[in-house]
Amino acid sequence: MNLKKLALAASLLASLVAFGARAEVAVPSLGDKLPKVAKGTADHSKFKELQKTFKSGPEVTKVCLSCHTDAAQQVQHTKHWTWEVVDPATGKKLGKKNIINNYCTTPISNEKDCMACHAGYGWKDKTFDFTREENVDCLICHDSTGTYRKLPGDAGHPVYERKEFPAGSGKFVEAVDLAKVAQGVAMPSRANCGSCHFFGAGGDGTKHGDLDSSLKKPGKHLDVHMDAKGLNFSCVKCHKTVDHFVSGSRYEFAASRTGPPVARGKYDDEPASCQSCHGDKPHHENPLLMERLNVHTDKLACQTCHIPEYARDSIGTEKSWDWSTATKMGPDGKPMVVKDSAGRRAFDSKKGNFAWDSFLVPEYRWFNGKVEFKTVGEKIDPTKVVEINHFEGSASDPAARIWPFKIHRGKQAYDPELKNLLVVHTAGEDDTALWHNFDWPKAIGKGMETAGLPWSGKYDFVATEMSWPITHMVAPKGDAVRCAQCHKNEGRLAGIGGIWLPGRDRNGLVDTVGWVVVALTLLGTLIHGGIRVCVLCRKKKPEGMKQP
Amino acid sequence: MSTNRILLYKRYERFWHWSQAVLVIFMLITGFEIHGAYGLFGFARAADLHTFTAWTLLVLWAFTIFWQFTTGEWQQYIPTLKKVDAMVRYYILGIFKNAPNPFQKTSVKKHNPLQRLAYLALLAFVSPIIWGSGIFYLTYGYWKHWGVDAWLNLETIAVVHTIGAFMMLTFFFVHVYLTTTGHTPLAHIKTMITGWEEEEQH
Repeated sequence: MNLKKLALAASLLASLVAFGARAEVAVPSLGDKLPKVAKGTADHSKFKELQKTFKSGPEVTKVCLSCHTDAAQQVQHTKHWTWEVVDPATGKKLGKKNIINNYCTTPISNEKDCMACHAGYGWKDKTFDFTREENVDCLICHDSTGTYRKLPGDAGHPVYERKEFPAGSGKFVEAVDLAKVAQGVAMPSRANCGSCHFFGAGGDGTKHGDLDSSLKKPGKHLDVHMDAKGLNFSCVKCHKTVDHFVSGSRYEFAASRTGPPVARGKYDDEPASCQSCHGDKPHHENPLLMERLNVHTDKLACQTCHIPEYARDSIGTEKSWDWSTATKMGPDGKPMVVKDSAGRRAFDSKKGNFAWDSFLVPEYRWFNGKVEFKTVGEKIDPTKVVEINHFEGSASDPAARIWPFKIHRGKQAYDPELKNLLVVHTAGEDDTALWHNFDWPKAIGKGMETAGLPWSGKYDFVATEMSWPITHMVAPKGDAVRCAQCHKNEGRLAGIGGIWLPGRDRNGLVDTVGWVVVALTLLGTLIHGGIRVCVLCRKKKPEGMKQP
Repeated sequence: MSTNRILLYKRYERFWHWSQAVLVIFMLITGFEIHGAYGLFGFARAADLHTFTAWTLLVLWAFTIFWQFTTGEWQQYIPTLKKVDAMVRYYILGIFKNAPNPFQKTSVKKHNPLQRLAYLALLAFVSPIIWGSGIFYLTYGYWKHWGVDAWLNLETIAVVHTIGAFMMLTFFFVHVYLTTTGHTPLAHIKTMITGWEEEEQH
């Protein structure tokens, strides 16, 4: 009887297993017989136009434009090409061409070096023709091979011949195989944008602090959205790009977006903000916490809590650049380079002193989206630290939020008589280039002449600072800034005024009076109670025990 | 000496008193931590617990107010100035001479005239300060929506709330001390726990 049942069960099980195995056999579909589908709809390696040897970048561009007829014109309308932005509020001309930064200061007279990051070919001086379409560099953004390189000194041209870089380093950069790059074009990846934006100010991580080459393949701990094994967002996922116009820029900053998420797909003018996808009530934890966290969004930028530190990697970022020590030579009278303990630049006779660090806690300031930039030739007040850029906003401004910043500090050359920052001709092989001849007056003379600005002939150095809003390197939520890191004395927001911060702020008078009253009350009860104990004890003794 | 036992505090009343005591003490502990007076739970946890306890206390009060009115016990809080002077004299002088308490508790009059005044002050003055400011504090996120932010700021609310907290803390110490003034130091507490008052016959 039992044996029969067992056999039945076994056969049932066997048939089940057999059925299961059969279910696993893939049913051949029509798709399997067809060739594998490539990404995109055009395989550029099959285009006859691209199967040739290209001698220069513009040659490639001409071929690109034979199909993508309007692409160059679109690019030419963007700041990637013009390096110029007109502030709609003031009409002031901004953009990299006109503003000063706190690193190499200005591209004027240094174009051959700086234009390694121009999306074009041949901008070596002010004679550059901004209308020539073949000078648009398609490949810097669309290369998918990772072999396309542009070096300082070539005015934006890629490497055509194998060369030593940096000069005298013994390291060589191979010539770019332009045909291979052209045949492999693709939508821009993080590495494309990063080829310039990770290396701003001339080195990996130097400029931004929240952008460096570790974001090519970041782990989740470094950036939840760009996490290579997770969401793996490309830059243009947030910086939505239409007709080559890349959205989200520090010239048009969305500092305080409110309202529900627009959840991508609906194009609006500020898609590159956290709130575009997350809305301004993004927290959904337990009801108590959720409510309290969401309340913070009217005062804090998302980044303030969710980017607890920037430069969270070994690359780090530059904290300061002091030009005043440039041209100082080593003990042997020759130019000297000194590295810090982590191998980052600490001193260079060409450039002065640097300070670098990793895992930096941001500085916090009010910001309403409006930024003022110092432009070339603008007057300064040398008695104060010169703000190379100024982020506007205050506690009373409803459009302002508390934002995290990297503040880059430095010293720059200025004219003590005419009171403006000086344009210095740094890069180049000529006799006036600072990095070649180590002669400040010659380099300033050439720089100011090129800029078409007067110079008194005197120079000195003034303390400067430049602010960079921190918005990349968003940490996993478990790593967000803890409540008590701000809600305490001398916390992260110690320098932020205009708000009442529980745990940090107290009314001194109320506290003093309050504690005195509490102390006197305790004292009063002690005295009252003490007298009772003494009096009762004394009375009890002659009467004997009188306990009920 | 014979004693007469009366049931002074009913079961709900005792439940209300002790749960309220625990909640208020806990709110004082977490509240002054949020204020920055010391570190115990950590700011985040203290804020969480403070908020949760506040809502719990509000629920308890909703039931208690219902209870007060359905049982008529609310009348215990009607103030009177009768015998107040006698009570004051008792606490200043009589208590030291082991004089009899001029007030005899009955189930109809549970609180002595000074107690009535103190509880009324607590209900009509300290409570509105704490809860008025506390509810605004809790609903800070809605101020803009309600238009409240035009005339109110967080600093005002926070300072008023703190003033209320100091008053509550002072009340707490006095209240606890006065529990020792029964015919034995623990008599009042025992009554509050069991509900039964053992009164001395005079």
